[in-house]
Amino acid sequence: MVKSEKRIIFVAILFAAVFGTGTTASAMHIMEGYLPLGYCIAWGVLSVPFLVAGFIRIKKCLESNRRNITLLAMAGAFIFVISSLKIPSLTGSCSHMTGTGLGAILFGPAPVSLLGIIVLIFQAILLAHGGITTLGANTFSMAIAGPLMSYGIYKLCQKLKVNKLVSVFLAASAGDLFTYCVTSIQLALAHNSSDGVAAAAVKFLGVFAPTQLPLAVLEGILTVLIIMALETYGTQELMEIGFIKKEVNG
Amino acid sequence: MGKNKKITIALLIAAALIIVVPLFALKGADFGGSDDAGSVMVEEVAGKYEPWFTPVLEQALGGELPGEIESLLFCVQTGIGVGIIAFCMGRFVERKHQESLRNKE
Repeated sequence: MVKSEKRIIFVAILFAAVFGTGTTASAMHIMEGYLPLGYCIAWGVLSVPFLVAGFIRIKKCLESNRRNITLLAMAGAFIFVISSLKIPSLTGSCSHMTGTGLGAILFGPAPVSLLGIIVLIFQAILLAHGGITTLGANTFSMAIAGPLMSYGIYKLCQKLKVNKLVSVFLAASAGDLFTYCVTSIQLALAHNSSDGVAAAAVKFLGVFAPTQLPLAVLEGILTVLIIMALETYGTQELMEIGFIKKEVNG
Repeated sequence: MGKNKKITIALLIAAALIIVVPLFALKGADFGGSDDAGSVMVEEVAGKYEPWFTPVLEQALGGELPGEIESLLFCVQTGIGVGIIAFCMGRFVERKHQESLRNKE
């Protein structure tokens, strides 16, 4: 990392620390206007360092090889497609997947935060889905926490030498579920009456989790499918970003 | 390749089942969004809560976005995504095809 970039990240983290603790962070898409202003700002500020890191990583990635843009665009497009599909679930309500697992597995968690926020802005402005005021909180859950989880699970599976497709499946599903866990916690922090944050979090999770569980499996399946397609036809690109080792397949 | 094909088909069937089964298992369910269920839950947990901000587009329109237009915009989102993925995949597939043709010569 270049010195100036390090400095930017440092300043961003400092910025987050100062503002984040100031409002005592007491917060899948949270609806527009459903978080008090303090939480909106706190989550937004907390997301900033990740977005900055993501921007720098993407710039680096493209500078090292212009052709990486193909996979990056595909990862972003995958989020676009997946998060636009509302799928019926066994609880009798609909929800949608996040699609962020693919990008996290291919590029790491930071760049996905930038890809994810594009979708969130699109939906907040045009679809009244999520919201401008809750953008920070939604970015944190869907574009930061979820991808981080996916990335962590994928790396863990690699260490344990789990089959690659199984790892991809686990990583994508876990990221999807984790997104909704974080959303529940975010809602519970802002909205809890006498029974406390934990009880409220469990209640919110009770709404989201059963609906989301089958969808997390579906997201895992779809992510495995696209990885398989990429491994068959986009071997060169995957090698360039280091997803496939050169010696093995080259 | 044979093995990959089998996995792909099995996964596609599983994916389709996950989507279709709830539709038939729960006849008559209204399949509302779980985001909306979340806002109902907010009221249940914390008492009445008035959102303090309305979505920008709803403000500009002075009301809710018509359902058909909403699905149009969702389709636009899907379309953009599918377009990009299909374009890139198409290039990959054709490139591989050309390579194998060249290798045969």
